[in-house]
Amino acid sequence: MENYHQFDVIVVGAGGSGLMAALYASRTASTAVLSKLYPTRSHTGTAQGGVGAALGNVEEDHPEWHTFDTVKGSDYLGDQDAIEFMCSEAVQAVYELEHMGLPFSRTADGRIAQRPFGGHTNNVTGKPVSRACYAADRTGHMILQTLYQQCIKNHVNFFDEFQVLDLLIVDGAAAGVVAVELRTGELHVFHAKSVIFATGGHGRIWEITSNAYSYTGDGTAIALRRGLPLEDMEFYQFHPTGIYRMGILITEGVRGEGGILTNDKGERFMVRYAPKVKDLASRDVVSRAMYLEMREGRGIGGKRYLYLDMRPEVVNKYAAEDGRKRPDGTPYVVTGEELLAKLPDIVDFARTYLGVDPVSQPMPIQPTAHYAMGGIPTNKFGEVVIDENNTVLPGMFAAGEVACVSIHGANRLGTNSLLDLIVFGKHAGLTAAEFANQASFQVLPADPTDFTRQQLDAIFNSQGTDTAYEIGKQMKSIMFEQVGVFRTEEGMKEALAKVRELEERVKNVRPPDHGRIFNTEVLTTWELMNLLALAEVTTVCALARTESRGGHAREDYPKRDDINWLKHSLAWVEGGQVRLSYKPVTITKWQPKERVY
Amino acid sequence: MQIKIKIFRYNPEKDKKPHYETYKVEAEPTDRVLDVLEKVKGEFDGTLSFRRSCAHGVCGSDAMRINGRNRLACKALVKDLPRKIVVEPILGLRVIKDLFVDMEPFFENYRNVIPYLVNDELPPKKERLQSPEEQERFDDTTKCILCACCTTSCPSFWANEKYLGPAAIVTAHRFIFDSRDRAAAERLKILNEQFGVVRCHTIFNCTIACPRDIQVTRAIGEVKKAIATGKLD
Repeated sequence: MENYHQFDVIVVGAGGSGLMAALYASRTASTAVLSKLYPTRSHTGTAQGGVGAALGNVEEDHPEWHTFDTVKGSDYLGDQDAIEFMCSEAVQAVYELEHMGLPFSRTADGRIAQRPFGGHTNNVTGKPVSRACYAADRTGHMILQTLYQQCIKNHVNFFDEFQVLDLLIVDGAAAGVVAVELRTGELHVFHAKSVIFATGGHGRIWEITSNAYSYTGDGTAIALRRGLPLEDMEFYQFHPTGIYRMGILITEGVRGEGGILTNDKGERFMVRYAPKVKDLASRDVVSRAMYLEMREGRGIGGKRYLYLDMRPEVVNKYAAEDGRKRPDGTPYVVTGEELLAKLPDIVDFARTYLGVDPVSQPMPIQPTAHYAMGGIPTNKFGEVVIDENNTVLPGMFAAGEVACVSIHGANRLGTNSLLDLIVFGKHAGLTAAEFANQASFQVLPADPTDFTRQQLDAIFNSQGTDTAYEIGKQMKSIMFEQVGVFRTEEGMKEALAKVRELEERVKNVRPPDHGRIFNTEVLTTWELMNLLALAEVTTVCALARTESRGGHAREDYPKRDDINWLKHSLAWVEGGQVRLSYKPVTITKWQPKERVY
Repeated sequence: MQIKIKIFRYNPEKDKKPHYETYKVEAEPTDRVLDVLEKVKGEFDGTLSFRRSCAHGVCGSDAMRINGRNRLACKALVKDLPRKIVVEPILGLRVIKDLFVDMEPFFENYRNVIPYLVNDELPPKKERLQSPEEQERFDDTTKCILCACCTTSCPSFWANEKYLGPAAIVTAHRFIFDSRDRAAAERLKILNEQFGVVRCHTIFNCTIACPRDIQVTRAIGEVKKAIATGKLD
């Protein structure tokens, strides 16, 4: 067979979780990483503020506190055994990154610097705690670079600009993937004993998004097409501070360093919504508060944005009001130079895209689609589980944003995504290699590329007049309006009808580029099909869940309903219809209680 | 507002040689050149091909020559450019299709400078200590996103793609001056060879081109000094 490759372990995606998985799997098993981008282009590189771990370098902290904060942040939908596992592994995982060479910012005595972040608290006082380990405001960039460097050091095999289009499952076990080599347009079959999906999220569904163009849910949609369920897809995070109209992320680290949110009246409105931690409440809480402010006409100039203010005089005024202290007990006072040193990229983004210097002017911001809490269900070893009883699909693994362990439940805390990548990337890699070393290769079907070619041919042979560009715009617009921060049955039904219409229309786009070399038009259309499929599942799950929890806020069902809804959603697509089922949440120590910040 | 965008086009499956095409596009002053390219591709010509991902200057995919200067298309705003925008592939790397160039020689140079921390000493249980001053010593060069804006603006690289080029030297600098690393001498040896820093003629194109504001020429100068003096201070 031409273009046939065989490896023990195939990793799909080269962001933080994929590279971490590859590093660990390649120690004991032949491993290859397939990525549609050069690895250093991966979306992990855009993460800014920090990676959470209770090192206690700046003040008292404990993995147990981190665990509870994550449970509470998840609005009690996270699986507590997995959360405890992640938070206790966190400390060693961060030290390991440092040993790999990650250039963390440092405390005066040379240890890893830490800053406060939303929802992370001292469990005794309830006040924000410095838990986010950071490298200025480019922590994700440094993680991605460092892991890629380590992969080069360890001779990991890379297939750069190979886009995976299908997952091969034989006799109920993963058997490999099919990928297109972008440079030639040729299909390749990668035969493997273990397949790890580390393909990231799908934030391009929404109009205002912090997510990269490449964040099109490829792995998630492939899994769905191959009959796997998706978990908790209704839970999608809207980050409070995206650049107005563009969605570009402004890190929560700005508020960690003392920045505040203000409305048209100049009020620090978060004091009314989260009296204890104020601007450092959980992201879902802050985004909802912002929407309510704007709805009450207190957006800036009545428009759909607010201000994020990190001018030193403002930071210092409110720090004094809050009685915030430095670790040595002196009052918290910052200068413009310090903020510039700690948040250089943010200053650059604001200057470039807003024409605003954030040291002397506030930044116009609005909530922006940011992170998928839901995804392919896994257990804490990264093994993909495919039903209500958590039955493992042999040889199939997922890690990072594409996976739903579930660590983040209904709402992820800031800094926990980078942590998720390194902890579960590592364990998926280890488990996948261990599995591969005792398994044998499945016999592949006679034509493994059959299903892939069907999908591509349908796009190549399309003869309509619609454009994927226009269909994409309509999807993004309705999803942002109706399946965003606040949701209602009526709005979601409208969105669902529209998405289904668009799923039909995308089958009849204009005749595309017929070339083979870097045919990005056909692949963009394929990616749009992925987004539409996931938009439909998201909306169906959201319609079914008649409660409000974490990132899923229903105006028609404003309360959390633990009696009926303390459970994970599972969604399959069968015969073109979404089928839903549910499975219990793992609760170990913390019984659900009201969530107040 | 309406703008004109003139784009370098080359389809190896059809064209004998490259040509330019001009499109008239409605754009907002705050649009990025990348937004304009997406619009051209989405509305007028789906065959137009270019790399892009994060769209805010962090992933390094969309390095292009915009009005004669290497930029990231996602960091160049319409309002800061003339009404007629000219977009071409970065120079010195083989054009594959439209704005797609062959990045392999660039990454090969990167791989040649030992682009990872070398330290075989048993690490402590916790983090290795490094003072803020020690961290500051190489902080600037850790910002590199490997977009190739610098390397492909360098006449020495245009002359010979075996020249390691500014980006690879920046990567080497990032490790050479890291107090935790133990392979500085080995890297300096590589950089002192025929295709190393000797080819830098301090033209500053790289520093001007860097979308991350890295002081590239200064970093190369520090490497040159370290080679000359055998010292890292």
